[in-house]
Amino acid sequence: MSIIKVEGLSKVFGKNTKQALKMLEEGKTKEEILKLTNSTVGVNRTSFSVEAGEIFVIMGLSGSGKSTLVRLLNRLIDPTEGKVYIDGENLAAMNKKDLRRVRRTKMSMVFQNFALFPYLTVLDNAAYGLEIQGIDKVERNEKAKKSLEMVGLGGYLEQLPAQLSGGMQQRVGLARALANDPEVMLMDEAFSALDPLIRKEMQDELLDLQETMKKTIIFITHDLDEALRIGDKIALMKDGSIVQVGTPEEILVNPANDYVKKFVQDVDRSKVLTAFNIMKRPETINIDKHGPRVALERMKEEGISSIYVTDSKRNLKGYVTADDASLALKADLKSLVTILKTDAPTVTKETLMNAIFEISHNSTVPITVVEDGKLLGIIVRGAVISALAGQSEVNRNHA
Amino acid sequence: MLNFMENIPEIPLAPYVSKFTSWISDTFAFLFDPLKNEFGDGLEDFADMLAAVPPVIIILIVALIAFFISGKRIGLASFSLVGLLLVWNQGLWEELMLSFTLVLVASLLSIVIGVPIGILMSKSKAAESIITPILDFMQTMPAFVYLIPAVAFFSIGMVPGIFASLIFATPPTVRFTNLGIRQVSKELVEASEAFGSTGAQKLFKVELPMAKPTIMAGINQTVMLSLSMVVIASMIGAPGLGREVLSALQRADVGTGFVAGLGIVILAIIIDRFTQSFTGKKRV
Repeated sequence: MSIIKVEGLSKVFGKNTKQALKMLEEGKTKEEILKLTNSTVGVNRTSFSVEAGEIFVIMGLSGSGKSTLVRLLNRLIDPTEGKVYIDGENLAAMNKKDLRRVRRTKMSMVFQNFALFPYLTVLDNAAYGLEIQGIDKVERNEKAKKSLEMVGLGGYLEQLPAQLSGGMQQRVGLARALANDPEVMLMDEAFSALDPLIRKEMQDELLDLQETMKKTIIFITHDLDEALRIGDKIALMKDGSIVQVGTPEEILVNPANDYVKKFVQDVDRSKVLTAFNIMKRPETINIDKHGPRVALERMKEEGISSIYVTDSKRNLKGYVTADDASLALKADLKSLVTILKTDAPTVTKETLMNAIFEISHNSTVPITVVEDGKLLGIIVRGAVISALAGQSEVNRNHA
Repeated sequence: MLNFMENIPEIPLAPYVSKFTSWISDTFAFLFDPLKNEFGDGLEDFADMLAAVPPVIIILIVALIAFFISGKRIGLASFSLVGLLLVWNQGLWEELMLSFTLVLVASLLSIVIGVPIGILMSKSKAAESIITPILDFMQTMPAFVYLIPAVAFFSIGMVPGIFASLIFATPPTVRFTNLGIRQVSKELVEASEAFGSTGAQKLFKVELPMAKPTIMAGINQTVMLSLSMVVIASMIGAPGLGREVLSALQRADVGTGFVAGLGIVILAIIIDRFTQSFTGKKRV
């Protein structure tokens, strides 16, 4: 069920907004509109929906309109046109009172530079959203304390924000957003001000928290690696428009246009592509039907020095090498059982490329991709390297 | 040709202003008269009350407060002690209390009027563009000029002194309040709004606390300007140390003038340090 639904949402900054909107309809570019009307297009007729419980990442370079877009979602910025449905209510058309109710109970926000109140203690900061609602002190402190404990700051209740490190300050920001138990959390470049190590730690922690909380999170970032790491879905923005929405894999594997392609070419693919994406159909022989002679012939045909062996139900049994097979043939053995080797490296189809890389480096035979004992495919070392280089066609996961 | 001004009659600006002032004075007499009488009596009562307290008690209290607000250092405390004792010794204690009353009341009124106007300015661009030139006018017009309408409205004494002081000393509080609120980081304001604050909650829970150091700096200036105006206001009969300076000036009595002036300096320094200590230098 989608919890947020955005329809034709636009924001034009400036005076001639009507004219600018009309020009957008006519297909004029942002630059032309700026020149002709002196108005800046922040967000250009975007539509998307976000499912409950997913992390929806909006990503783009600075000036792409992503920060404006997220502020349109809780109306920190009023939209020029379009609708924002939260739980079926159109936020864009709400009066102030209803808007406050939605902000208080349904959505909260985490900011790039933390936006903590420097004169309030950590506890009071985390309790701010509850205090605004007029919840009495005992209850709000208890809730705030709980959410601070969730982010690992249970021991810092009476400190002032200035006494904490950046990472800890953002945890307070996170705790403040969690304290009023919202359905939707808007995170505006929430980890961008943190140094890379802390950023990664916070990403992990967010994912851990998400395991139990199952909030709907709209996460803004300019960092593609971050987007790919935490996003269930990614919307890529350029010049105020959403260029593509999809899972991280779809974006990488199937870029909608040259802009997205260019954007993703520098990404660290090893952290996104899985075994499934780069495996190929294996040459196999059947242990129940075939002996060393067939094995040797198959290997000769394919120009390979080892071959995987399965049973009739494609359960992986092991592999045989060309050397062993020819010795067995000379010894006139009929079965493959005695020369079967079972030390083949095995991964699942979800294993990430960077793990596979390590394994393939230490292995002389192709890596097997196995699910429930069945051989799905194999990965040869060349495939790993060309996939990392971004040169190969990769399998698209529609599972 | 360069003398074209000769052909243009002089605009009777000064008579206009005079007429306008007396019109205000007549029209609002029902307002000014009770202010002049009741408020003036109240001020005198307050000053009398202060003067009735044995000076040594006030001096000790001030020195004690000075000790604590300066972080338990004795510099300001001993200065207050010695300075106030000296004023007492010079027989200027009553004048000091009168001057202090004037400064206190004028400053409080300036703050009560100035802070809300500053808030209004920070919230509305229109208000800012209207009020800013008025503030410029109020601050650049020579302070003495305000004495004239002050006399017209309130005759002589403490009340016109406070009136002139209000006009002269309120602008910094207004300006700094406006500045302080506008300087609050956009993200903090957004954070407050994103959690569903009402306008008042945003103002009192975020904007004013964040702007407090800046507002206090403005208030400090306002207090200092009130003090300088209180001295000038002695020309229209405001009592206190200023009057001593003025009478010494008229008699070319250097010694008396200097002593009374010194009293003002001592009062100024103590008030300045006291108000500055509220400027929000929080000990972390």
